[in-house]
Amino acid sequence: MPTFVYMTRCDGCGHCVDICPSDIMHIDTTYRRAYNIEPNMCWECYSCVKACPQNAIDVRGYADFAPLGHSVRVVRDEEKGVIAWRIKFRNGKKDMSLLAPITTKPWGTCIPQLANVAGPSQEQRNSQLLYNEPKYIRMDDGGLHTLESNGLVMKEGVYY
Amino acid sequence: MAHKTIVEDNIDILVAGAGLGGTGAAFEARYWGQNKKIIVAEKANIDRSGAVAQGLYAINCYMGTRFGENNPEDHVRYARIDLMGMVREDLLFDMARHVDSAVHQFEEWGLPIMRDLQKGSYLREGRWQIMIHGESYKPIVAEAAKKSADKVYNRVCITHLLMDEAKENRVAGAVGFNVRTGDYHVFKSKTVICGAGGASNLFKPRSVGEGAGRVWYAPWSSGSAYALMINAGAKMTQMENRIVLARFKDGYGPVGAYFLHLKAYTQNAYGDEYESKWFPGLQEMVGKEYLDPELSHATHRPIPTCLRNHAIIHEVNAGRGPIHMVTMHSFQDPHLEEIGWHNFLGMTVGQAVLWAATDVDPKNENPELTTSEPYVMGSHATGCGAWCSGPADISPPEYQWGYNRMMSVEGLFGAGDAVGGTPHAFSSGSFTEGRIAAKSACQYIDDGKAEGIRVSEATIAKLKEEVFRPMEHYKLYRNDIVAGEVNPNYHNPRQSLDRLQKLMDEYCAGVTVNYMTNDKLLSIGLKKLKIMEEDLQKIAAKDLHELLRAWEVKHRHRTSECVMQHTLFRKETRWPGYYYRGDALKLDDKNWHVLTVSRRDPQTGKYTMEKAPLYHLVDVEKAAAAE
Repeated sequence: MPTFVYMTRCDGCGHCVDICPSDIMHIDTTYRRAYNIEPNMCWECYSCVKACPQNAIDVRGYADFAPLGHSVRVVRDEEKGVIAWRIKFRNGKKDMSLLAPITTKPWGTCIPQLANVAGPSQEQRNSQLLYNEPKYIRMDDGGLHTLESNGLVMKEGVYY
Repeated sequence: MAHKTIVEDNIDILVAGAGLGGTGAAFEARYWGQNKKIIVAEKANIDRSGAVAQGLYAINCYMGTRFGENNPEDHVRYARIDLMGMVREDLLFDMARHVDSAVHQFEEWGLPIMRDLQKGSYLREGRWQIMIHGESYKPIVAEAAKKSADKVYNRVCITHLLMDEAKENRVAGAVGFNVRTGDYHVFKSKTVICGAGGASNLFKPRSVGEGAGRVWYAPWSSGSAYALMINAGAKMTQMENRIVLARFKDGYGPVGAYFLHLKAYTQNAYGDEYESKWFPGLQEMVGKEYLDPELSHATHRPIPTCLRNHAIIHEVNAGRGPIHMVTMHSFQDPHLEEIGWHNFLGMTVGQAVLWAATDVDPKNENPELTTSEPYVMGSHATGCGAWCSGPADISPPEYQWGYNRMMSVEGLFGAGDAVGGTPHAFSSGSFTEGRIAAKSACQYIDDGKAEGIRVSEATIAKLKEEVFRPMEHYKLYRNDIVAGEVNPNYHNPRQSLDRLQKLMDEYCAGVTVNYMTNDKLLSIGLKKLKIMEEDLQKIAAKDLHELLRAWEVKHRHRTSECVMQHTLFRKETRWPGYYYRGDALKLDDKNWHVLTVSRRDPQTGKYTMEKAPLYHLVDVEKAAAAE
């Protein structure tokens, strides 16, 4: 399975429904809370777990090969730009906390709005260059690699 | 349910599917088409969709020319030997010469890329891989796409491409439905960039029940890239080149960082090295040109991944399984141990869940490895996809017909899994291909190639009926039975998927037959697929979620048919360890040093198969010396 939802924590907000890549988090019509409608199409990707404001969603490993009694929990914080994990083994012998950055910049601020940058010249249009090239290829003044610049030809036949 | 029709007209660029390829396309299109109308349609939510939804811990395609590490041709040669020669080297060179500029932008946008503090360069996992904290890789590139696009339609599943009725073989947009509202969406567009996904779940998985979700490639990768293009009559290439992955058992957690960065290695159940003893026999099958352990040892030329699989499969069959990854040495170092766990949490959390559940601590025991069921895709280490035009300054005439990354259908472009013959693109390469396709699509429009496209109301109405037929069919026949899922008039999507997977497994070299097939099996399989196609006309969906699954299985079915045709056509065993043709167990360079190309006639459903010449990148001096 994969994901499941704790009855007492879920308030039916639907963030998980909105984010699930597999379209398997749905709202139960009787209880007005979310649940996993199709566990065998769940990738344990944790997108819904990370998105849940109530920490109501957890994962229980796939029944066909994962024994009960383990836990992998997560808190993702966009403002602080970090993600915190806690892994607990079934036998209780391992309990790990791991922290990783998720971004180095304030969220979404450093991506250019290409509608507002100066448009390409005809020369650029006729070239093989993409936006920000050639500068961004090597972060210097070097040009784009070509067959000629690299001393290559394309030959038909058997080469290894 | 009445399904409203919502028409989005006068689109210049429609991005169908917004994974790494689609987001790259949407982002870049705005630069070359500042006044163009750019629309994205994505069946899930762009913030967490596609194969990178749960994140990545490495970018597997980065040249590092900036740090003097590799040139594009080095990467082409690597992909060539890994795929036993069968790659589009023009497209690969083109992707490799641009890919670094994409990665440098990712870093600027906030993607945390680890640095080698001594060298100042990015921290290398292997020759091509750099290590990242990529939990938010997808939300970051999604942000870039959202900034560029006029509108992103989330939860709209594209079911068909629209063909122009004014000019033959020209694309005119796409149709689909909203998985939440049930609205019918019509996108009339001058160009379409197909960024849809490759295919998991074509073959019966090793897992049973719940665990079927723990596939290696995302379960939502439904082969839509291929089905949309095949149904539009686009030529496909290398569709036989499915991939089998040697991964941690059950969890399918990634092994790259373990092998490359943590210096782990494999051994059989009795602690012995096993690979080398299978190599002499393998060398007889594929020839010394493709497998030469001494040369590989001396020059660091990699041993092709399929051949390493072959050794695992044969060692297990000889009764000396399971194969173990030896982790106990490196995991004594607490820093490396932490990397080992972060690696899973960053991209395959399910593997961490499994090891926590089974008390597998790689510090104290060596975990099991196994080979997976086959997958059909074109961005990881294999190259299924559409036959695309290459860049004008590189490609030979057989590979070039105008616009870079345009398919054999005019106005239809591709990126990522959609493009054939370009393995080892991975996330960064797919994004880069999207950028290339976007620039080309803008050129195509500016050159006036999309003038006068026309789609009739009759076509739109006909497709609407087809899109929602599974729901109508359910309504019509549901009440013939009391309750339950057994109905003589239809199969539901899950039943259809089970049938497809069993069929592909048994006839097209799946895991339960040890990846073996032959001409007879494939011919039977094709007949069964044809009959299944009739039944898929009657597939039933009780709600919108099942309608999504119905279209996914239809797309998987069409993809499977193409895979079967290609596998039958290539009469040799080119990739032992991925699959075997029992009637032609040797690699045959005399007849099959070619790319396979197919086209399905949309009217008749008949396939035509052809061989396309293979061109390789050769040093100018070597080429001169040879002549």
